Amino acid sequence: MKALYALYSDPDTAQRAVNALKSSGGSLGITERQIVVVTAEPFDGYDFSDEHSQTRIFTIASFAAILGAILGYWLTRFTQLSYPLPTGGMPIVTSWTNGIIIYEMTMLGAVVGAVITLLVTARLPHFGESLSDPAIWQGKILVGVADPPDRSRPELEKHFRLAGPAEIKSTS
Amino acid sequence: MAKTAEQIRGDLLRPVFESGAGYWLGVGIAGSMVLAGVFAFSYQVYHGLGVWGLNWPVFWAFDITNFVFWIGISHAGTLISAILRLANAGWRRPVTRCAEAITVFALSIGAIIPICHLGRPWLFYWLVPYPNERHIWPNFRSPLLWDFFAILTYLTGSTIFLFLPIIPDAAAARDLTRGWRKKLYAVLSLGWQGNPKQWHRLESAMHIMAIAIIPVAVSVHTIVSWDFAMTPVPMWHSTIFGPYFVTGAIFSGVAALILAMAFLRKFLHLEEYLEPIHFDNLGKLLLTMSLLWFYFTFAERLTTWYGNDVSEMNVFWTSIRQNFAPLFWTMVVCNLIIPFPLLAIKKLRTITGTCIASATIVIGMWIERFLIIVPALEHKFLPYAWGTYRPTWVEDTLMVAGFGMMGLLYLLFSKLVPMISMWEMEAGVRKAPLVRRPAVRFEPGGATAKARVADPEPFATDVSR
Repeated sequence: MKALYALYSDPDTAQRAVNALKSSGGSLGITERQIVVVTAEPFDGYDFSDEHSQTRIFTIASFAAILGAILGYWLTRFTQLSYPLPTGGMPIVTSWTNGIIIYEMTMLGAVVGAVITLLVTARLPHFGESLSDPAIWQGKILVGVADPPDRSRPELEKHFRLAGPAEIKSTS
Repeated sequence: MAKTAEQIRGDLLRPVFESGAGYWLGVGIAGSMVLAGVFAFSYQVYHGLGVWGLNWPVFWAFDITNFVFWIGISHAGTLISAILRLANAGWRRPVTRCAEAITVFALSIGAIIPICHLGRPWLFYWLVPYPNERHIWPNFRSPLLWDFFAILTYLTGSTIFLFLPIIPDAAAARDLTRGWRKKLYAVLSLGWQGNPKQWHRLESAMHIMAIAIIPVAVSVHTIVSWDFAMTPVPMWHSTIFGPYFVTGAIFSGVAALILAMAFLRKFLHLEEYLEPIHFDNLGKLLLTMSLLWFYFTFAERLTTWYGNDVSEMNVFWTSIRQNFAPLFWTMVVCNLIIPFPLLAIKKLRTITGTCIASATIVIGMWIERFLIIVPALEHKFLPYAWGTYRPTWVEDTLMVAGFGMMGLLYLLFSKLVPMISMWEMEAGVRKAPLVRRPAVRFEPGGATAKARVADPEPFATDVSR
């Protein structure tokens, strides 16, 4: 992956760099999607992090839970009606006991739904190339631009440096 | 002084990559216990279930005691972790992974035991509700099938709950190692990059998991209690069994967690991370659970005594005054008399004190499970149906193998991933920003770039957090 990036020691500096890249916008010939931030821990409270906080994972997990409940209902009722056991005049479909299975299937649906949504929206698993640097595991914050236009590289480097002390690197 | 990210990673990854003689000794001991269990199980498969001490009228004994015990031990891990995560308790960070691992391993051991109890264990998949040529469909009225669904849900949820926070740590290990380890961690990390979107999705998923896993955990042990409470056996057919079992499960689970943490602290040299305050906090929780356990035990026995039903009083007196009295009073000593002063007096609530209390509680809770099951089955309604039970060496060995398997899985796991979540520790060290600045929007025109960068106060509006 071709990229130009800077490593910052603290989130405030990284935030300034991200702001600078965003403010420069089209004049550098880059789009918002090309701006990459990589960290070794979540940085809640910073815009470069929080602007990605909108998610429908709760809604999707809720729908998955409902789906799980329907599956549980279908499994228990279908089984009991298809293969009726001798119950001595008691109900064939037993709502009270089936409720336990339906409950467990509901929760299983929520869990599985949440995980699938996580994997899809976070694009995992992803075994292709992605921008990273071992220095992030020492606490550095990577702010970079993927596939930057060659003509903008000097200007981008200048932006990275203006934000604060940074180690600037590139990949080809 | 707070540690840096690099120091934290170094400290927590070191035990993964370096193993001392003590570690291998532990693996050897635990592995031998498991091998003994494999031998005993093979012997049982060859000779049949008759090699167990089960006989009319006691058809459930050590196996179900172990099943209930391990399901109970599994309770503390994910449940405690989920509660602490939702409460955003800062001291949870070094504790959660140790706890979550206990849940997954204890639950797996617990799930194996009913399979061992099957006459033909290789046909265990008959329990799974799927259409089949035999037209054998599971009976959804049976509490044993409720167990299947409850344990399946809890095991799935707990495994995911354990795995999700491992992903970023595996990514760190991937980038900091070489050779086969790098390949292994590349797979475990699922190609994690660490961009803000991934972090937010991970935290959201963890949040949902934490919300979902708490009622599931409660339901699992309630359903295990219903295996007994749905049966008209003296002292089993009780409405209090659900909360009684859940309380006992959390009680034994917290004790097991404390022991596991002490073990990790000592042998993986995590003294700077698993601090006395963690044992102190968990000790207070253990004290509360000890008192709650006593309350439920007393309430259960008092109601039976006051009702004075003949069949129930037979079980009552046999456990308090007759054959099982030594076990009963050992249980009371282990679960209340010893732990109470150790946990209630602040000076005694040290790491050693909480560990002694936890060890006695684990023993006491195993005895409690045994006392719920065997005396009741030995003394059913009519005296002609009474009998006795003595475990055989096969059952003893399988019980020991369960403890060995727990130790072995825990030791092997500690070589696979750091036993304390690295990224959560780092996030705990860093302070959140004091001021919040309005977001900068992407400018396609890009006219203000230089001004924005050069100005030290470009985001004037501060919002207190």
